[in-house]
Amino acid sequence: MKKGIITVVGKDCVGITAKVCTYLAENQINILDISQTIVQNYFNMMMVVDMDKTEKKFSEVAEELKEVGLSIGVDVHCQNEEIFEKMHRL
Amino acid sequence: MINVFEVNETNKMIQEENLDVRTITLGISLLDCVDSNLDVLNQNIYDKITTTAKDLVKVGEEIEQEFGIPIVNKRISITPVSLVGASACKSPDDYVSIAKTLDRAAKAVGINFIGGYSALVSKAMTKSEEYLIRSIPKALASTEFLCSSVNVGSTKTGINMDAVKLCGEIVKETARMTKENDSCGCSKLVIFCNAPDDNPFMAGAFLGVTEGDAVINVGVSGPGVVKRALEKVRGENFEVLCETIKKTAFKVTRVGQLVAGKASQKLGVPFGIVDLSLAPTPTIGDSVAEILEEIGLERVGAPGTTAALALLNDQVKKGGVMASSYVGGLSGAFIPVSEDQGMIDAVLEGALTLEKLEAMTCVCSVGLDMIAIPGKTSAATISGIIADEMAIGMINQKTTAVRIIPVIGKDVGEQAEFGGLLGYAPIMPVNEFSCEKFIGRGGRIPAPIHSFKN
Repeated sequence: MKKGIITVVGKDCVGITAKVCTYLAENQINILDISQTIVQNYFNMMMVVDMDKTEKKFSEVAEELKEVGLSIGVDVHCQNEEIFEKMHRL
Repeated sequence: MINVFEVNETNKMIQEENLDVRTITLGISLLDCVDSNLDVLNQNIYDKITTTAKDLVKVGEEIEQEFGIPIVNKRISITPVSLVGASACKSPDDYVSIAKTLDRAAKAVGINFIGGYSALVSKAMTKSEEYLIRSIPKALASTEFLCSSVNVGSTKTGINMDAVKLCGEIVKETARMTKENDSCGCSKLVIFCNAPDDNPFMAGAFLGVTEGDAVINVGVSGPGVVKRALEKVRGENFEVLCETIKKTAFKVTRVGQLVAGKASQKLGVPFGIVDLSLAPTPTIGDSVAEILEEIGLERVGAPGTTAALALLNDQVKKGGVMASSYVGGLSGAFIPVSEDQGMIDAVLEGALTLEKLEAMTCVCSVGLDMIAIPGKTSAATISGIIADEMAIGMINQKTTAVRIIPVIGKDVGEQAEFGGLLGYAPIMPVNEFSCEKFIGRGGRIPAPIHSFKN
């Protein structure tokens, strides 16, 4: 399975999760895990997603999610899980 | 499964601590381009480079986006041009025409630098290799992306002092021909001892003859990440210090290994090596000097600097070696002056001298790097500086190099500006006693006794 890690950081407002999840649903990206906290009004979310079914390239999804983030004033990063696996697991 | 702390740690390294992949370097062999007709040779070279490297920049950008890690440079290293041009080039100007072809090819594929305008003359020079070396000033003055290097010594062969003498003159001439830009042509010229065949870093990259048709070599970086990690262990003993550097180097190198693997897969080119180097940039917080200060020196150059650098270099290698399947290139800590704000500050405050830098090169990778000296320095003195550095490499069985810039029209107290990744440098004083008679002897220094291991 090709997994992606999506991180969302920014000032909290209504509809951040909705906006990101709508994009994912439209592109056949399944959410496997979500953790989310709000620290001093700052929204901090991490998602693990399954990218197998989407027809788009990883780099395209990353770019489009970044734009979704910009439209609501938060930073969205979508990265291939491998970079974290490589760095933190033997 | 990966947890949020691990994700945040990695992203903090990238976003706040300047972790990046410094370069993906595609090595391309030009041996099959050889022709005795110069025009045919030039066309063959242009075609081979633009075909083999056509996707390099695109693939690099895709990887950047997929993993969210910046890849600062996409570069090409080629077979030393003195070998490729030997049968077609009958004069230095013939070689300059190849230099221009390489520059055009580099521009066409959109890379940052192309390295390999090189000659390997550690024992002696052929006529053709001498033409190439003599063409370097003009080649560097008339191109934008080209980098050049000359290997003038090795532990196995000794030091070719005729080449050392010539290189001193060539450095000076290159400085003269690019004097409008603070002699910055010299920032693209490296004189080596024991040059590695698979180095991905510029200006000294070339693809050695021991290599295959094409290969992907990757250079990682991350002085900022090491510095931040060390801030957390202030005052702890050397065991804790060394363990921290090792663990950090491991993590940084893993990213390099991942990127190298991906690039190799996407380009259909075999993976060569990861170069485990701490390569600084002029950005604040991306400095090797700051690591040395964090280890406990008030300024780089203070007593203890060589020891601190030795342990840093060794721990980076120990941590990195297990993180990558193949390690090579220069691997260690780079200590360029102009590309490292901490080094620049140390020079400006009088803490760091040319002589201390020379001592530091005994225990780290590369050598006297990006050092600006007065433009009035004689060619023989530059050759003397080169000879000293080559001797360190030869005797210690390590790579050493000299990338020194005699800034024409400037003297101690002034500054040279190179721009971009190359930064700026205060002009450092050079010992003014002459070595002209020594350099003028001619011939070569024999290989050291410990090179006879058969």
